[in-house]
Amino acid sequence: MRKIIDTTLFALTWIFAAITLLVLLFIVAHIVINGVPHLDARLFEFAFTTENVSMMPALVSTIFMVVLTLLIALPLGIFTSIYLVEYVKKGNKFVMLIRSATEMLAGIPSIVYGLFGMLMFGQFFGFGWSLIAGVLTLGIMILPVIIRTTEEALKSVSDGYREGGYALGAGKLRVVFRIVLPSAVPGILAGVILAIGRIIGESAALIFTAGTMPQIPETLGHSARTLSVHMWVLSSEAHHTGEAYATAVVLLLLILVVNTAAAVVAKFFITK
Amino acid sequence: MHKFREVFFEYVFMFSAGISILALVMIFVFLFANGMPAVAEVGPINFIFGTEWRPMDATPSFGVLPMIAASIYITLGAIVIGVPVGIFTAVFLAHMCPKWLYAFLKPTVNLLAGIPSVVYGFFGIVIIVPFVREISLALTGGGSGSSMLAAMILLGIMILPTIVNISESAIRAVPESYYEGSLALGASHTRSVFSVVLPAAKSGIFASVILGVGRAVGETMAVVMVAGNQARMPESIFRGARALTSNIVIEMSYAEAGLHRDSLIATGIVLLVFIFIINVAFTIVTRKSRGT
Amino acid sequence: MRQKCEKSKKGTRATNFIRNLCVQRMAKTVNISINNCNLYYGDFHALKGIGNDMPMEIGANKVTAFIGPSGCGKSTFIRVFNRMNDLIQNCKITGEIKIGEQDIYDKNTDVTLLRKNVGMVFQKPNPFPMSIYDNIAFAPRTYGVKKKARLDEIVERSLKQAALWDEVRDRLKKSALGLSGGQQQRLCIARTLAAEPKIILMDEPTSALDPISTGTIEDLIRELKKTYTIVIVTHNMQQATRISDKTAFFLMGEVVEYDKTRQIFSNPKDKRTENYVTGRFG
Repeated sequence: MRKIIDTTLFALTWIFAAITLLVLLFIVAHIVINGVPHLDARLFEFAFTTENVSMMPALVSTIFMVVLTLLIALPLGIFTSIYLVEYVKKGNKFVMLIRSATEMLAGIPSIVYGLFGMLMFGQFFGFGWSLIAGVLTLGIMILPVIIRTTEEALKSVSDGYREGGYALGAGKLRVVFRIVLPSAVPGILAGVILAIGRIIGESAALIFTAGTMPQIPETLGHSARTLSVHMWVLSSEAHHTGEAYATAVVLLLLILVVNTAAAVVAKFFITK
Repeated sequence: MHKFREVFFEYVFMFSAGISILALVMIFVFLFANGMPAVAEVGPINFIFGTEWRPMDATPSFGVLPMIAASIYITLGAIVIGVPVGIFTAVFLAHMCPKWLYAFLKPTVNLLAGIPSVVYGFFGIVIIVPFVREISLALTGGGSGSSMLAAMILLGIMILPTIVNISESAIRAVPESYYEGSLALGASHTRSVFSVVLPAAKSGIFASVILGVGRAVGETMAVVMVAGNQARMPESIFRGARALTSNIVIEMSYAEAGLHRDSLIATGIVLLVFIFIINVAFTIVTRKSRGT
Repeated sequence: MRQKCEKSKKGTRATNFIRNLCVQRMAKTVNISINNCNLYYGDFHALKGIGNDMPMEIGANKVTAFIGPSGCGKSTFIRVFNRMNDLIQNCKITGEIKIGEQDIYDKNTDVTLLRKNVGMVFQKPNPFPMSIYDNIAFAPRTYGVKKKARLDEIVERSLKQAALWDEVRDRLKKSALGLSGGQQQRLCIARTLAAEPKIILMDEPTSALDPISTGTIEDLIRELKKTYTIVIVTHNMQQATRISDKTAFFLMGEVVEYDKTRQIFSNPKDKRTENYVTGRFG
């Protein structure tokens, strides 16, 4: 009897693991096989027209979105983590409040971020559907990711470095910026890569903030659609299936690059 | 001068840290300020327990119970599909996977985690929906395939990486000595893993399930694309239903300012409350695991 | 050197730093005196009235060793002299600790300047994860030295003083983490020397090292005491006898006996000291 249970569990483990693997391979293979034939040079033209739903403007907008969002969230997130790890004492009320707030922020669904961004940045601040409204919304959304990973990275820096710095008469700022932060760079980088992945994949938070304008935005005030939003628009229009497949291939490729970068950074982190 | 810089930066850091709290407060303020008047106007009971959602009628009704029910059903379905597969896969990765396969499987799971929801949704449209339509035709003689079942299957796949990754680290965190102790008593490898290691990791595994629930409840685009989105009380898994998240995305683009739009924001509040409950549950579970 | 001092009477922090260096060069090294020092971690009374009968004096240009069993307070005590305990929450210190004429716990004391003057070498070598050169240049840069030529000079001199120059002169730009344990510890000593301290505190500097590296460091300590006042915490009693002039025996946060090293190890006055140095406990 015991033998039977053992064998069954053993078999189930292999079967379920195989299912996970096969499902993913199927998704990727299906998209690649159907998408690659549609990867036409025309889809990478800078002008979007109704005849040629080029993804190039969306690709450019995605890059804008990633860079600008990081520009806002990265300093804020790193400064927050520095404050949490290096400055405050244990058991501080303010810290517990910040921890709960970031945990809460991490759990909020992206559609709620979208609503909030629309209400606060779009309407209250009057930015309308614009790149800046999308950037600010996503900035808040990825803040918890940056804070958590940076915090971990700072915590893993050996206290010996800090002591050594202080013992030489360096002030706190100098110890933090010259010794602790440089040692934490790989960990922070891992967080940044994670955040980039989230920005690329995001759509629900952007539809009502950055909007769906398929042109390259000329100013921060212009509406812009990222690749994910572009993909959503295409797939809700039945006659653009081929282009949607092609866009999915590009998105998959981007995520693959991001994941590989994360793995390389992690490896560097461990061997160091 | 030197002293000034130290103090100045400490304030800069403190201010930055305050932004997170400020952001959270702002989210609540804006959602509640815009959504609560609608709830008050409709009446909290009518809003939450009303089974009719007809915002465009001459005498409109705003009841979100159909959406609440759909969100719960779809999430439960996703859990039923995703959790067993996820946990067994985690066990496999932690204890049975040959090294060469791990080097392939782990990045695969991470890729699964990174795929944008719209890509999943699109996959759902082209593969899962037709597949469900076939089953539905065979069993009930009808149905378009855009249904709760399609959403369940898709979300079940989407929460896999969360469950696999977090369960795997929980299983790996169990001291090696537990496993060795069990082996030393003559238990087989499989038995040691399932009856000693797995129970020891149960709170971590449970936490992964809660996170998966959070992801499923909050998922928007993929659900919109496959669930059919009919705003009525869910009847069968082969028929369409509209989740809370979908309600916002679908109607926000054309809702006119006023009660209709505000009631959509109120839908966001309901969603926020759900997430809050899940968060509290998560905190309790992880606290407990730290205690033992 | 003196000419340079006269040139830089006023002005930038860099010139001030050079002037400070000159003043230090000319000044004699200083002694430490401790008068009834108590230290508490929260409720825990970690150091109990050190120097309460008569002030404990730590002599200039001497090597003073602190010995005693684990947890006796010797490492805590050594960190009093550069106020490293300030970094620990709920740590309270009473009493008077003077370096030269200055009460270092006076509220007007500049802690960073104090730590520049009182260098510290730690138990585990802790070179910063940067190049060898940048490690050594860290302290002078902190005090505002920017000129490359001046930094080069300080780096070379410090490494020579720490008997490391010949081993690393060709790879100054390489990461300090690539050095062996013994080399790393000498690098940490060189890094401390680059700050031009008057006193060097060493907290079990050889406990993480092999016997050969330990020997090198001990030779170095003997050499350094000509120029600096050295206080060393050690677990190794042979090491204390080999390198120190005076030894203090710590037990449960108190100094049981403080005397010439030879006296402590050959003819201790206190029974507890005798038990410890003859290996009956600890």
